[in-house]
Amino acid sequence: MNGEINGSLNMIGYGLAAIGPGVGIGLIFAAYISGVARQPEAQGRLQTIAILGFALAEALAIIGIALAFVLS
Amino acid sequence: MTNIATGRFRAEETFTPPGPADFDLPPIGPSSSFEMFGQTFALGVTKPMIQVVLAGVLVFAFFYVASKKRAMVPSRLQYVGEAGYGFVRNSLGRDIIGSHDFMRFVPYLFTLFFFILVNNWFATIPFIQFPTMSRSGMVYGLAILSWLIYNAVGIRKHGLLGYFKLQTVPPGMTGPILLLLIPLEFMSNILVRPFTLALRLFANMFAGHLLLILFALGGEYLLLHGDWIVKPVGIIAWVLFVLIAFLEVLIQFLQTYVFVLLNAMYISGALADEH
Repeated sequence: MNGEINGSLNMIGYGLAAIGPGVGIGLIFAAYISGVARQPEAQGRLQTIAILGFALAEALAIIGIALAFVLS
Repeated sequence: MTNIATGRFRAEETFTPPGPADFDLPPIGPSSSFEMFGQTFALGVTKPMIQVVLAGVLVFAFFYVASKKRAMVPSRLQYVGEAGYGFVRNSLGRDIIGSHDFMRFVPYLFTLFFFILVNNWFATIPFIQFPTMSRSGMVYGLAILSWLIYNAVGIRKHGLLGYFKLQTVPPGMTGPILLLLIPLEFMSNILVRPFTLALRLFANMFAGHLLLILFALGGEYLLLHGDWIVKPVGIIAWVLFVLIAFLEVLIQFLQTYVFVLLNAMYISGALADEH
């Protein structure tokens, strides 16, 4: 049994790069949850802001996956 | 099971991981190709093209039927149609653009929302199971439309110079810092926006579908061609495949919502009054 692994090192780089947006998205939703817990009536307003922040943080991960496929 | 036998077996049945090539579907029906700029371009009708048309027809037919008989006591179909319309109008139109002039944009936002939603759900609907938006060309079209609309709306309201001032000069900023800020804000607000808008939807659909292919094929390979000790892992992979498929349904809705939300935010930013 030989331990040969094939593949692109890009994907490991992408995995490392995805840590940042992962932490960011976690922080955004943590703040959203504690905001709703303190003030449940503000949920509607906070939800839009939270999802917007999520989308912007996620854009970094998306740029990462695009580059992981493009660069070779 | 001897080592030599498994070695030969492996050599015949190697696992090829899924990649971007899995999204290049062959044309349906007659097709031709031509060479230009050193690349090969194909002419023909592919599955995503049919799906785009099908999504348009489905959305139109559903809301046509749902709104044909407008009764005071709504039927179940009318109720669903009205709930969908109310969701887009209130949470995406009125809350973001503002109650003054959101009604002008509700038809655009509403059409966009349900068109993208149906196209994304095609990734999960049995016998279709291909996300239209995982072909980047489809998404670029929507992003260009959005870019044209929010810029045109802003230029019509503020004039060309007023609009550029609104988009590039943050309120309350004066002095030499503007030399740095104006190019940056121009880049982020005018040039990069359509790309991030398009890439977000495209890459989510692309990566989600790729993940599903990977779990399905990997599970099959482990189960049928793996050693006895890794066969149970193949079953775990298939269980995860089902769970991720449910997660994908949520992501498909969320990405639709984010796409339309950002469209509404851009329009509202272009309409904002100067401070």
